[in-house]
Amino acid sequence: MSEKKTLTFCLMDAPFENARTTTALRLIDSAVRRGHNVNVFAYEGAVGVPFSKQSAHANSVHGFEKEEWNHPLPKDWVTELMKHAEKSGAKVDWINCGLCVDERGMNEAVPGVRRGSPGDFVSWANASDNTLVIPTK
Amino acid sequence: MASYLLIESRDPFEVNDVAYFYDLASGLKERGNEVTLFLVQNGVLPARKNPTHNTLAKLATAGVRILADNLSLQERGIADAALVNGVAPAELDVVIDQMADGVKTLWH
Repeated sequence: MSEKKTLTFCLMDAPFENARTTTALRLIDSAVRRGHNVNVFAYEGAVGVPFSKQSAHANSVHGFEKEEWNHPLPKDWVTELMKHAEKSGAKVDWINCGLCVDERGMNEAVPGVRRGSPGDFVSWANASDNTLVIPTK
Repeated sequence: MASYLLIESRDPFEVNDVAYFYDLASGLKERGNEVTLFLVQNGVLPARKNPTHNTLAKLATAGVRILADNLSLQERGIADAALVNGVAPAELDVVIDQMADGVKTLWH
């Protein structure tokens, strides 16, 4: 592994909609597993990614009960990222855009997520070793 | 000389402006920069051998390093043997390693 660095990501996609969310979380997971510190600024719909009230459901069309269907929830992936970070000695700092949260009524987030503003993203970008913005279409 | 990592997530058969991103890779290379084009999600679709679409092969010949995300290839049933010459399968970790090395990284 290379020297520990600080990498910043800006996510904009709402969960359950686009492969970009999955790829973004794969990237963050890779960074954490390599021991890098990671900043995540969730903007617009991406504030829903760590929304703690996400709920698994059954798939009645295919005849699966909730437990059988095992519907993946992004909030659980974020929680796992936080756990992996603790193990690997990395730090994940996740900020949800406060205005975006209020607009969507998504104040409840998994532990480790805090509110902030685009100004925090600018500060992170200036202080990080690298930054990647993953925009919506 | 700078190093650039361009991440293409879209399919040029569906999204016309992917061509501009390929042009950006080509232009950066022509100006003497190190350029990696990393294909992910539907961005891997043109990496299949295709008689009517050889842009990626031309980019590779021009010196752009082209990588395709292994998981995206597997999800779409694209075997390594089906890849255009000059395109190599790679793990997504490459992106993190290049970011950690300070490579300028852009997502499309």
